Amino acid sequence: MSAPLLEIEDLSVTFNERMAAVRNASFRIGRGETHCVVGESGCGKSVSALAVMNLLVSAAKRTAKRLSFAGEDLLAMPEKRMAQLRGNRMAMIFQEPMTSLNPAYTIGSQLTESYRRHKRASQRDATARAVKLMGRVGITAPEMRLGQFPHQLSGGLRQRVMIAMALMCEPELLIADEPTTALDVTVQAQILRLLNELKDEFGLSILLITHDLGVVARVADSVSVMYAGEVVEHTTARQLFADPQHPYTRGLLSCIPVPGKSQRDKPLGSIPGVVPQVSVGFSGCAFRSRCAFADADCAGTINTQTATADHNYLCRLTPTRQKELARA
Amino acid sequence: MVRFILRRAALGLLVALTVMTLAFMLTRLSGDLAISIAGPGATQEDIEIIRKAYGLDQPLYIQFASWISRALVGDLGNSYFFKDSVSNLIAARMPITMTLGLVGLGLALLVSIPLGTLAAMREGTWVDRAVTVVTMIGQATPSFWFGLILMITFGLTLGWLPISGTGSWQHFVMPGIVLAMTATPALTRLTRSGMIEAIASDYIRTARAKGLTRRSIIFKHALRNAAIPVVSIAAVQLGFMLGGSIVVETVFALHGVGFLAWESIAKNDFPVVQAVVLVLATIYICLTMLSDILNALLDPRIRST
Amino acid sequence: MSIAISLPPVRVRTFRVGNVGFWIGVAICSVVVLAAVVGNALVPHDPFAQNLNNRLVPPFWMEGSQPDHLLGTDQLGRDYLARLVYGARISLLIGITTMIVSGLIGTTLGILGGYFGGIVDDVVLFLITCRLSIPVVLVALAVVGLLGSSLTLVICTLGLLLWDRFAVVARSTTMQVRSLDYMNAAMCAGASTPRLLFREILPNIASHLAVVATLEIALAILFEATLSFLGLGVPAPLPSWGLMIAEGKDYMFFSSWVIMIPGVTLFIFVMGVNFVGDGLRSLLGAERPR
Repeated sequence: MSAPLLEIEDLSVTFNERMAAVRNASFRIGRGETHCVVGESGCGKSVSALAVMNLLVSAAKRTAKRLSFAGEDLLAMPEKRMAQLRGNRMAMIFQEPMTSLNPAYTIGSQLTESYRRHKRASQRDATARAVKLMGRVGITAPEMRLGQFPHQLSGGLRQRVMIAMALMCEPELLIADEPTTALDVTVQAQILRLLNELKDEFGLSILLITHDLGVVARVADSVSVMYAGEVVEHTTARQLFADPQHPYTRGLLSCIPVPGKSQRDKPLGSIPGVVPQVSVGFSGCAFRSRCAFADADCAGTINTQTATADHNYLCRLTPTRQKELARA
Repeated sequence: MVRFILRRAALGLLVALTVMTLAFMLTRLSGDLAISIAGPGATQEDIEIIRKAYGLDQPLYIQFASWISRALVGDLGNSYFFKDSVSNLIAARMPITMTLGLVGLGLALLVSIPLGTLAAMREGTWVDRAVTVVTMIGQATPSFWFGLILMITFGLTLGWLPISGTGSWQHFVMPGIVLAMTATPALTRLTRSGMIEAIASDYIRTARAKGLTRRSIIFKHALRNAAIPVVSIAAVQLGFMLGGSIVVETVFALHGVGFLAWESIAKNDFPVVQAVVLVLATIYICLTMLSDILNALLDPRIRST
Repeated sequence: MSIAISLPPVRVRTFRVGNVGFWIGVAICSVVVLAAVVGNALVPHDPFAQNLNNRLVPPFWMEGSQPDHLLGTDQLGRDYLARLVYGARISLLIGITTMIVSGLIGTTLGILGGYFGGIVDDVVLFLITCRLSIPVVLVALAVVGLLGSSLTLVICTLGLLLWDRFAVVARSTTMQVRSLDYMNAAMCAGASTPRLLFREILPNIASHLAVVATLEIALAILFEATLSFLGLGVPAPLPSWGLMIAEGKDYMFFSSWVIMIPGVTLFIFVMGVNFVGDGLRSLLGAERPR
């Protein structure tokens, strides 16, 4: 694999210097690769993405050992240079297509805005490109849509507009924060297929945030599982489903019904409890309050273990040991 | 949209009729109008003549009906004191009051929109707090007293501006400032809260994610949305300001509608008083309608429904 | 097994002037109340006693002042401090009584509209619209001009004119409270309507009303001063601050302190009341009525 496009090493985000939203998260995304960050809500997935884009609210503070995009250091980058990257070489789409578009401006003006700014293009060129991309993302009658306002469009259409908007400047990295969560199931599938196609067509790298392992199975090349701000397991998509290591990952997987495999009379798995909010200075495994295998040692320092070359996880126990404990 | 306007107009008419009734009742509060008009020292005979001449000998409901029916076609009766039709009197003085109101509103918007935006952009900092204190000061300052202070400072001590009268545009500066002060706190607060809401919204996050400049994010994306309620409330504020112009006009001796009303109250000239109440209320009703229509025009979400 | 993962409460940065402002407001209001209650017992002069040989004596910081008259005397030679202190009584009286009158009207209308909805609410909204379209100062002036100025009349007139904000806030908060679950529970338990209104609704909207009440006091005080200034408020020789400014107006170009003293006092008092209102709002967690 060539040099990765986005490298994140030991990224931490705190709010008001009290709450640790992201703790020492590390992952990397290669060019043309789709990387999924998965976990329950409140695990710090969106915050990590916003931290990459430097779009965090002012109460949040971001630190990292390394945060680089296409070889450029994002940590020390001045806001002005950062603004030149955003919407241009790295673009983002959000979970809420209903509110993410400005209600006061037409689709056309919002689509062309970033292209005109970043590429110094004329309104005419920008409009032509907008029409082309709208057609590409599956919006019918794009010329008509240009003059419409966001409230006149359905949720699925708005998310397509958001995707078209993100692609206007041909970015290298697309960050998609739960892009399908707010949509109908059929539309979800269409959007995911579209993202997959676009990835190949434009050579995009995609950072996809989701809580849905079904989505991961469909699009991911590699996966980070996040829990309470930490990346607890990091591996390829294939490995994750074939040989999950972390008890949390295994818990998540047991929650999904698999046609033909899940037995009717046996209940689906579930993880009792909720994701804790972790304050600064917390130590030990954050999952231990919900973990079936936890003991006193889990409050100590947990070291990263390696299963295979590109598979590591954050737990004291090996899967073999977990199985033994489960039997006992 | 047409239905919406028609419904608002019907409501406005109903309100206007209610205010007319109230204005009529108001002037009949004191009991015998004829005695008041005749003034002290009038003989019983004089009073009887006046009572007949002004139709005050008729039952109240007939007086009321005739006032309403004539007012609906624009005839507001005759002034007892000025010996002229009330419509003429008001029409002659309305331009001054309107000028004053518009100057005041313009100044108020000129101050409150930048101030509110600034406070919102620096939410929670000392700048924000300072703006809050400024709006509270504006709210707590008695407008007539503020007018007098301006007179002493700019009229007398510095000699920059004329103290009273209506000769030139300079005459409208101080009254305009005083009137603006009465509307600025509300408009500033509205701008501030609207901007804070806009800045925290998802579409501003989108705009930032698009790498737009800070200026474009604040002024194009946030302010455009925050301005919608401000502009429509500004129309309502203009209505309040015209109603409040009586104070400013009296302080600065601007011979507008408010001054006319004040004079007429002092002279027991009731047809003028009830007519001014009616006219100001009608203008207010029209302005609230305008406000709703403006709101609909500015907000694409309402416009298309 | 459970582990304690506690999160210390995050202090939300609020925009209010905050506690400092609240206590400043309380201090100002206390001083004014104190002055109104015992002030005239402490000031050695009668606020009504004229002395035409000793007119327009300047206050203590200016040349020609007399130690006897700390704040000087007015155009009729009456002691300014005594009149100012007496004026506090007038302002307070009018502010509080007007607030009570308008509060009763507005709250009743607002609760009825918010609770019953439908036609009742339409009528209440219509009344609010009518009230807002009436120019307050003009109508108040007209009433006082017609019936002759008296304290009672000023209070009644202002009370009848300034209930709109009470009604708006009572209406919207009642609607909110009504939609809450415990209201349904109380209704299902068979509580009577008056009981619901007084025992469930009123206590729950009281904090919002308290904030409105302080703001209305400030507003009423300002309106009284305005009416008195225009010569149609509190009848002379009662010393209202507004009337003092009106009486001093003819002399303001030569001795500006005659309007500065009552004006600044009025301003500071209204500011103080507003500070208390603002502080109450953040203390009680009520939101600013729109």
